Order: sequence, then C-alpha cells, then structure tokens
Amino acid sequence: MGDLIEARELTRFFDLGGNQRVHAVDKVSLSIGEREIVGLVGESGSGKSTFGKTLLGLHNKTDGEVIFRGETLPQKYRPADFQKLATKMQMIFQDPYSSLNPRMTVGEIIGEGLRLHFSLSPSDVKDQVVDWLEKVGLQADHMSRYPHEFSGGQRQRIGIARALILEPEFVVCDEPISALDVSVQAQVINLLGELKQTMGLTLLFIAHDLSMVRYVSDRMAVMYLGSLVELGKADEVYFNPKHPYTEVLIGSNPEPDPNLEKGRASTSIQGEIPSPVNVPSGCRFANRCPKVLDVCRGKTPELIPVKDEDRLVACHLVS
Amino acid sequence: MKAAEENVDPATPLLTVEDLQVEFDTYGGTVQAVRGVSFSVDQGQTLAIVGESGCGKSVTVQSIMGLIPTPPGRITAGSARLRGHQILGRSTVGGKEIRGAEIGMIFQDPMTSLNPTMTIGDQIAEPLQIHRGYSARDAFTEAIRLLELSKIPEATKRAQQYPFEFSGGMLQRAMIAMALSCKPSILIADEPTTALDVTIQAQILDLMQELQKETGMAIILITHDLGVVARMADEVAVMYAGKVVEYGSADDVFYRSAHPYTVGLKEAMPTNDPARQHELKPIDGSPPDLFAPPAGCGYCPRCPYAMQICSDRQPQDHNLRGHHSASCWLHHAQSDSRPETLFFKDTH
Repeated sequence: MGDLIEARELTRFFDLGGNQRVHAVDKVSLSIGEREIVGLVGESGSGKSTFGKTLLGLHNKTDGEVIFRGETLPQKYRPADFQKLATKMQMIFQDPYSSLNPRMTVGEIIGEGLRLHFSLSPSDVKDQVVDWLEKVGLQADHMSRYPHEFSGGQRQRIGIARALILEPEFVVCDEPISALDVSVQAQVINLLGELKQTMGLTLLFIAHDLSMVRYVSDRMAVMYLGSLVELGKADEVYFNPKHPYTEVLIGSNPEPDPNLEKGRASTSIQGEIPSPVNVPSGCRFANRCPKVLDVCRGKTPELIPVKDEDRLVACHLVS
Repeated sequence: MKAAEENVDPATPLLTVEDLQVEFDTYGGTVQAVRGVSFSVDQGQTLAIVGESGCGKSVTVQSIMGLIPTPPGRITAGSARLRGHQILGRSTVGGKEIRGAEIGMIFQDPMTSLNPTMTIGDQIAEPLQIHRGYSARDAFTEAIRLLELSKIPEATKRAQQYPFEFSGGMLQRAMIAMALSCKPSILIADEPTTALDVTIQAQILDLMQELQKETGMAIILITHDLGVVARMADEVAVMYAGKVVEYGSADDVFYRSAHPYTVGLKEAMPTNDPARQHELKPIDGSPPDLFAPPAGCGYCPRCPYAMQICSDRQPQDHNLRGHHSASCWLHHAQSDSRPETLFFKDTH
C-alpha cells in the first residue's frame, strides 16, 4: 500500500499582529496510504480542522510540505492549482447548513464541479447529478429544490455528493456527522464505507466522537495543541493508548453501557487546553498530564516509533 | 415550606408529570410537539430523557419550567406536580417561586444563555437577591462561594469577569453555580455537555454528580447521547415523536430494551465492547410529521417489526417488569410475535 498523500512537518501559524502567533498546526508529519481511512481526534482547538484544510491548500502553509502521489504541492495555491487539484482532492464540511449556497438549487450545487472541470454537455452533467443523488440516497426530483427544503442529514448527503461527484482520490471529512442525529449518523457512515469500497477512496476523517472514529478508521491519529501525539492502528490506539493524553481522552468517552460506566473510576483531568498563542516549552501536555516528569517541562518529546509495535508516540514516558 | 412538606404523603415522588400535551400554532398549522408524556423523579435521583431532535424532550421540560411562550405555545392537557402540588401554569408553589428557586435549569449553549453585559458574579447574585432577599454585597459573596463549589479556580477574580472571558467549560460551571444558587430541589439540564469536548464533558458530569450527592437534588438530564445516559441516569425515558416510548431503570432500558426504537438507536451506534461488535444499522426514514400526527404508533413506518395494528391504533403502555414499560403493540397479550426472544435477550 503506497502513500497517497504525505504531510512533512506541515506547519500553519496565524499571525495576530504584535509578534503574537497562533500555533495552530506545528510540524505535523502524517502519511496516508491509498484506500486508507485515517481518523484524526483531539479536543477543539487542537488544530484538527486547520491541519485538514492546510493539507488541501485551503490554508497556505507556513512551513513544511505536502506530497501528493510523489509530487510536492505548492506552498501557496494559485487559482490554476485549485483548478488542477480539485478533481483529485475534496472536502466534506461539518455544518450542512452553512456549507451549501442557499441561492443555488441542489442540482447546481452538485453539478458545479463537473461544469467547471470537465467539458460536458448540460444533459451529461444532469445525468451524473441524478446518478449521484441516487447513490447518496436522495431522489432525482430533489435536483430542482433548494438546500433549505432538506433536513440536516439530507444536506450532509448533498455535501457528500458534491465532493464525490468529481471522483476525487482523497477526501477530508471535517466532522461530517457531528451535527446529525444518531440514526442518521449511521446512514452517513455506512454511505462513506460503501463509497470507499466502490470508488477506492482515501479519507482523513476528522471527528471528536471517539467510538465512531474507532469504528470507521484504519489508523487513528491524536492531536493536542497543534502537534501529533499518537498514531497507530485504530483499535490498538483505542484499547491500548500509550500517550497519557490519549488515555485521558478515551477514558472520558462515555460508553452506552451502564455497568461499564458505573464500574469506571473517574478519569477526568483538571484544566483545559491552553491557548495556542503561548505554547508552553517542552511537552505541550505537561501542565495537565497526570504522569508528568521533570524532563517533560524542558524537552519536547519527538514522535517516535514504539519498540516492536506499529505505533508512534510523542512522550518521554514511552521512549 | 416546612408545613407544605409535612402534609404530603412521603411516598409521593418529588416531581410527577402526567399526560402532558403541548402544541404550538405556526403558519403551517398546529404542531403537536408533546403528545402525552408521563414520568416521575425522586429526590437524589437522575432521570434522563433521551431522544432525537424534534422528539419533544426540550418542550417537555420547558413546560414544567413555565418557559413555553404562550401564544404560540399551549399546554392543552396534563399535570406536573411538585411534592403533590400542581405547578403547570403557576409561578409559585407553597409561597416559593418555581423557576429559579424550586427548579434550576442549565442550557446547552452557555455562551448565549448568559448576559454578555453583566459580570458572572452579578449574574449568579441576581437570583439570590430576587428569590432570597440577599443584599447585593452578601449575594456577591455567596456567588463567589458558589463558583468555588463549581470548582472554578480563582473564583474571586473570575466573579468580576464577563462571559466572553470564560471558556465553554467554565461558562457551563458558572451556569451550574447560578442554577444551584437558591438550592433548588430539581436541576434540569438540557443537553448540558453537547457543545463541550469529551474531557470537559467528563468534568461537568462529575461535578453534577458530586453536587447531587451533597445536596440531594433530583436531576432531569436531557440528552441524545446514550453514553451520557449510561453514565448518569438512574431512570431513563426514551422519547419519540412527542411520546415516551420506553421508560424504566437504566439497566432495563439498556440491557432489556423493549421498544424497537430503543433497539434501533443502540444498533445505530458503534460499541467498543469487543464481544458485541456489530455493523452500524441506520434507522431508515424519518420521524412523523407532528402537524398531522399518525393515528397509530409514530415509529411504525420505520419499525422492522411493524404489524397491521401498529398503523391503525395507538399502542398502550405495557408494563413489563417492575416499573419498566414500553408503548408497543408487540407486548400486547394477543400479539403473535411476542418479543420474548427478540428484546428480552439480555445483551450483557
């Protein structure tokens, strides 16, 4: 399984003026293999979405590079780059309400990519749109309706159809299910799973629902305050977390099982994720870590492989 | 207040809601948002009301709190009794205000539920001045104590800050401090952790449980997250299309699920128990239109076990074991597919 896309020390800072910078994504290296689903988890403010957007070029890179099929992508995209890459990479957004243009019909929204990138006749575009509406579980006559006529779950399907109609190779799904009800979440997840099978999709699946990420992903990556702290097979990371932050995150995830919940000791940690403007030196998790050592405050741990395991962890305790 | 407590039968639950019905007039017609909801909650207990968006769970508790705007809203039937006294449509019971003093409430989005132009301390002090007659200075001192109780570090400094200076988790703590300021006997929490990260959610849930142990208050927790229900609830009411479809202890509802909707919800979620891995099974279709509620069971069009009668007639509540009940025709004595094998399979 070759790598489809690779981030090498990808960095994205936001300038606040006055020498202050938000360290949203700081030297994150991650490669995603073909037909692989990598789940990216972390608290809000950990830089998950910024990483996804920088990977696609929706944010300029402050530093580092992105390599797609062996080709290094530009630091800053020009319109021609978007034109070229849009057919290869797409994004599905979190909020199905604000990510669809309310003045366009569903047919226009889904077909826009085809019209812009391929010289197809209007009837061909229409045929493909109908085809995709059916693939995502909607009906052909929904084409002429507007987004406000649909429920959240249906809009999310419209967003999926819009992203996938160009048959991209790589898709970033930024919290695609968190705005949806439980029964509808399962519909969207199963749909993505089916499309992965039939189209050979590669996905970066950003979410905060840990159970869902474990269910969906081949590998799971954990981010904290702009850096990657753990990466490994989804089941292994979930059931046997090595980094203290992963442990806390998974320990806080309530399971739909009263006996399990009542038997569980409280694992909640004090404090909240610090501001990404003044990033602490040393390990960024040190001030909240229940297992903190002296060395953690001075020296930043590298993301390195765990001995005899297919796992990367950035923690002094593990190395 | 003491006198009011004495002439009530001690076996009466703290709060009993019976056959509550609420509708709203809209341009599109009348929505029957709540169509006959009954439950009760006892001191020191946590009742979770769980259901998907639009099932009427928030409207149910808003009616109890007297927060339904009338018009367009209207409580058309039912009762809610606090220690035996009717509270629907009233603002006081036994000389004590219901809203704020007897029942405290916290909301999903603390950022929009607090006044951005008042300091946190003043906002917590306000109900103390109104309901308890505290002086401004005493109320502020008490507000600082309440912030400490909610585990907000540097409470004295924090009390003088405005909501925008607080993070989401801290704001929810401040909301809890405010809701508890008048020592209510019931705390209603409407999706209190939905907007928070799991780590902060765990902190807030721990805090609620701790305060419940100290004060003996009852908690009515509204959520759509079955994980949160499993963690917090003694009793669970599952709502669908404006009705409670299953009611019972947390163990009953999770391990002996008796309504097809409850089973459907569980099957639509991934489990991390290695022994019970399953493919996600979505519930196809969508909830019924409550402008024209169906004659039969609201879940019927989506239910894999639906029978002829389900679409014709409303199912009754069938008592199963103890106080566990489900509103489903499958449990009727004459149902030929009585679901002993189907639902009573203890999944644990």
